Parts: sequence; C-alpha cells; structure tokens
Amino acid sequence: MSFERINEKLTILADAAKYDVSCASSGGKRANPNKGLGNTTAMGICHSYTEDGRCVSLLKILLTNHCIYDCAYCITRKSNDIKRAAFKIQEVVDLTMNFYRRNYIEGLFLSSGIFKNSDYTMERLISVAKKLRLEENFNGYIHLKSIPGASDELMRQAGLYADRLSVNIEIPTISGLKLLAPDKKHDDFIKPMKKVRNEIIQYKNERKIIKNTPRYAPAGQSTQMIIGATGETDRDIMYSATYYYKKYNMRRVYYSGYIPVLEDNRLPALETEVPILRENRLYQTDWLLRFYGFSVAELLNDSHKNLDLDIDPKLSWALRNLHLFPVDVNKADKRLLARIPGIGIQSVYKIIQARIYRNLDWTHLKAIGIALNRAQYFITCSSKDFYKKDLTPLSIKNKILKSSNTKYKKHFNQQLSLFS
Amino acid sequence: MNPQTIVLYDGSFDGFLCCVFEVYAKRITAPIIRKTHQSNNQLFTVTEQILTKENKAQRVWKALKNKTTKTEQNNIFKAFLSEIKGVENTLLNYICHVFNSDYSKKSIDFSNKDILKISQVAKMVGREKHRMEAFVRFQLTQDNIYISTVAPDFNVLPLIIHHFKDRYADQKWLIYDTKRKYGIYYNLNRVDIITFENTAAIDQQMVKNKCGDEEIDFQKLWSTYYKSVTIKSRKNDRLHRQHIPKRYWKYLTEKYTI
Ligand code: SF4
Repeated sequence: MSFERINEKLTILADAAKYDVSCASSGGKRANPNKGLGNTTAMGICHSYTEDGRCVSLLKILLTNHCIYDCAYCITRKSNDIKRAAFKIQEVVDLTMNFYRRNYIEGLFLSSGIFKNSDYTMERLISVAKKLRLEENFNGYIHLKSIPGASDELMRQAGLYADRLSVNIEIPTISGLKLLAPDKKHDDFIKPMKKVRNEIIQYKNERKIIKNTPRYAPAGQSTQMIIGATGETDRDIMYSATYYYKKYNMRRVYYSGYIPVLEDNRLPALETEVPILRENRLYQTDWLLRFYGFSVAELLNDSHKNLDLDIDPKLSWALRNLHLFPVDVNKADKRLLARIPGIGIQSVYKIIQARIYRNLDWTHLKAIGIALNRAQYFITCSSKDFYKKDLTPLSIKNKILKSSNTKYKKHFNQQLSLFS
Repeated sequence: MNPQTIVLYDGSFDGFLCCVFEVYAKRITAPIIRKTHQSNNQLFTVTEQILTKENKAQRVWKALKNKTTKTEQNNIFKAFLSEIKGVENTLLNYICHVFNSDYSKKSIDFSNKDILKISQVAKMVGREKHRMEAFVRFQLTQDNIYISTVAPDFNVLPLIIHHFKDRYADQKWLIYDTKRKYGIYYNLNRVDIITFENTAAIDQQMVKNKCGDEEIDFQKLWSTYYKSVTIKSRKNDRLHRQHIPKRYWKYLTEKYTI
C-alpha cells in the first residue's frame, strides 16, 4: 500500500462524500457467529464527532468522483473543475478493515459518482461489499448507495451483502428535479427503491417459512432530500417524506440543508447560509410523525405551510390547538401525554410508572425531568396552582421563549437532542 | 442517640453485597458503608470490618434477583461502579426498599428519591460505558496486540467486556484503565483482568512506541479522513465539545496531530 497515494485519494473522496448526511449505523443487527470481525448492534455508535458536531460512525467515501452526470447541486458534477480520483476495490476493503480493527468506525458507507453507466458502477460497489463479507469475514455495518437506474438483478445482490441501501431523492419535488438534474429521470430513482422494497418483503416472508434464508438489507433503506435548493415548502417536503416512508417502507428520511458549493443561477447564491435551524425543525417533525403519533396534516397543511423557526413543531401544534388543553397528567393516556409540549417519550413512561403510587404534583414532575417551563401551560396535576385557561397562544409563546434557556440560536443541529 | 456504625469492605461488588447481608444479619441500625482504604477513624463511631464471602454475596444477589427486573439489577451494578462517595448507602436504602414486602417488580416508583437517584447515577455510568465503546482507539503493537489505554470517569471496564469480546473476536486486544491500574485482555479465547508491576509509564504514547510504521500510517489516514469530513460552513465548536468533552481528546487519534 502506498501511503501517499491512498492519503490523497482519501482526502478527495471523503471530502466529496461528506454532504450525504445519513450517518446512522443503527437499525440493523448482525451478529458475529463464526468469530470473524465485527458485529452490528441495534443502537449504533458514534466514534467521533466532526467540528461541525456531526456524528462520525462510518467510513463514508465515494469509490470515485468521476461522473457522467451534471446535477447542479452536486460538487461531483461533470462540469465542475475539481481533482478526480478513484479507489481500487481492494483499497477500500483494506481501509475498512484496518479502521474497523482500531475501533475508529462501525463500518463502511460507500457511494460513487456514476462512471460508464449505472450497472457498471453498481457492480463495483457490490464487489467491495461482497469481498468484505465473504473473504474478510466482516460483520460490521455496510451501507451501499443504490445507483439510480441500476438493474433489478444487481439490486437483489446488493441487499445480500449490505445492511442498508439508499437512493437519494435529493430534490423533494419532480419539478425541482427537472430543473436541477435535467438528464436524470425520476423513474431512475424509484426503480431501485421499488426493487429493494420488494426484495425486503419477499425475503422476510421466506424467512418465516425457511429459517436460514439469507437476510436482505436488514437495516432497510433510507433516502435524503436537500432542503432549500429549490423553493419547496416544508409541507411539500414532509408530504414527500411521508410518501416515501409509506410507499417504500423507508427506515429513515434525511433532510440536508443545502450547502452552496457552486455558482449556478438556478441555485441559491454562494453566500446563502445553510438552513440549519429549518433542517432541525424538519427532523423534529419527522420524529413527531414516526414516534409521537402525529399525522402530517396536523403539523403542516394549507393554512400552515411552513414550520415555525422560533418554536418546535409540537409546541406550535399545541398553541394552534389550545382547546385540547390543559391535560390532566394523572389521568391522560399515553398518546395524549406524548402530545404535551415539554414531555418526551421517556417522561411519558416515567409518569405512567410513577402515578401508580401517588398523584403527581409539580415537584414530582420536575424530579422526573419534565421541561416545566413549557409543559406548565398545558397540564394540570395534583398541585392547586396551575395556569388559567385565559392565556392566548401568543402570550404563552412569549412566556416560553423568554424563559427558555436553550435560546433559539443560529447554531442548532439535528444531532442535538430533539425534544427534552 | 444511637452511635453510627462504619461498615468497611474491600471495595468489590461482592464485598458490598456482604455488607448488605451483615446489616440485615446483625441488625445494624445506622450504617455508613465505606471502602476500607477510605476509612478515617472518627470518635464516637463503631467500626465493623466485613469479610467478603462469596456465598453470602450470592444469597443477597439471588434475593434481589427474585424481586427486581433485569434493568434494575443492571442499574444497581452500574450505580455501584460509579464509585461516587456514599453511593453504597443510597444502594442500601434502595435494596431495603426492595426487600420490603409490598415492593412490586412490575413498575418502578420514580417518585421515591433513592430509586430516582440510582436510576440517574446508573444512567451517568451507562453514558460513560457508551463513551468508552466509542472512544477506545486501538493501536496495533509489534507483538500483534491491539492496545488502548483509557481513564474513564467511572469504573466501567467490567461493563464493556462483552461488547469488545463480541466485536473483536478475531484479534488479541487489551484495554487498560490508567486511573484504576488494571486492564481487560482478550487472548482470542477469553477475557482476563490483568495488572502490571510498573504502572507509571503506561499511556497511549508508550503504546505508540511499540508500534510499527504501518500502524502510524493508519493513524495518519484516520486523521486525514477526520479532517476531510468536516463541513466548514457548519462549524460549531460548542456542539462539538458537548459531544466530545475535552477530557477525552487525549485518547482520540484524530484529535492530536501526529
Ligand atoms: S449523478 Fe450523483 S454524483 Fe453524479 S453529479 Fe449527479 S448527484 Fe453528483
């Protein structure tokens, strides 16, 4: 291995891959039955954090940044004048193994520019995964990018070695895609997505009958949307996301605030700030949909097309629905408790446990760890003094913003705890 | 006024369980449990030295197992490993509470202050365990052993054995706690607790001196990777330090320049 060459390739190909935000190494479970190397735990581990505060859990690189396409939002686009490089298959295998052995990473996230054609590219990605699994006995996490337009047969193979597959939709609306990636077809994205979904379902069914059916992409598939490159509303984005969750059984949809990397009159100007706060609000909404029992129409609709930036989407919903409050924490069911601003899933569980023994008052709730500065306007408990009904949404909002110590600052991040 | 009884034990978990045993057996009323080496003789106190007996420890543990869930058992052990001063007494209160007959296994009463405290401490210890699983950086020495030194806030090595043994089943490794001066060593078969005679010089630098060129190359490649993935327009120091508090930096290959 020539250190200098590899070092240069790594610089170029890690740099080009970093805009893909899905870093999760979780959601899959792969044991290490034959004393090989590695396993995949359901939780996933962040082994380090970048200086922008993002989790580093995978060796995330492109196989190559040569590309025949010219997508406007992408730094790797054909017409961009940058250094190009390509890893050999064995080089990626060696890097992965050696990083893994030193406990630097949970596994590999391999993507690629499209060279020659979709199938040729996809084949090379699969070779890396196959080598790791079969020759190196590697049981760590592998995430492969599904290359838009790749054939069904290749997608079937990919899922046998990878834990997760993803195609990035990148642009949430079809019209936006036409504008920014004119030579890519919406159908090309959908095709591998469909195939992966169908294979997952089929393999699952077979496993029910024949125990040792191989597992297919056990961590499922995910996708990413770029936020703020075209003029779409939060409603457009979340309706798209909901569609992909439902229709293609996505495990995760990621939202990536557009980072201006190129001068192009179809795109926001270079000095435009990355919409980090907006991104964070979208992730919060995503959580409310997946874990808190909200439906997308409750949070975003014709009269409420964009999320508030100054308050989180749950609080915003509660203020628009004050008639449902206050809720009695000693009586309300799980579903309702989870809808109270300032109360997260953990706290819901603790409230339900604790109230078996006694009626809870403010002191108990505080000890349990509820963010009373927000919750107090929406609940009653066994203490006598609680907020009267006659406060308006606006005055509640102002009181909360004033008392809130996380301040809504520019620097927010999706990795921050989403709700307290 | 009842004199307080200082109950001394050897610092092991079994030893602590024996304290619980004796407190019950001898009906000690106001015990203060301390590790032997932390004892300071006070006037007007009675001292009771407890000998660690495995069978007694097991009886207490078995009784606890019958009355608690797996999570609670883990929490008790984790809280013990916190080594926080006085945690033994909080644990004792908790355990007494469990042994009271009306205690039910099905639900945890978080409005009880000892229970809440133990679950909070266990959470802190759990967090440190998770950090160690994340921040251990092995260096491959020329003897073909992957070695990492750490200095965790709490005594979490016993908690991470399982994880590392499962994951790195095909390589020899050693994780050494420089603060508590012992390590866990995996020899491709099983994990043993080991200690060294001369403990003064053991740290990441000393391990590095035992490494070959290839190891240094991989450390450089990892640093290269780490630098390349930062997105400058999103830089956020506060958040960064919140995720990796500065005291962990010295162990992280990517945080010190080679
Ligand atoms: S095909 Fe992929 S790598 Fe190529 S320019 Fe488009 S987004 Fe970038």
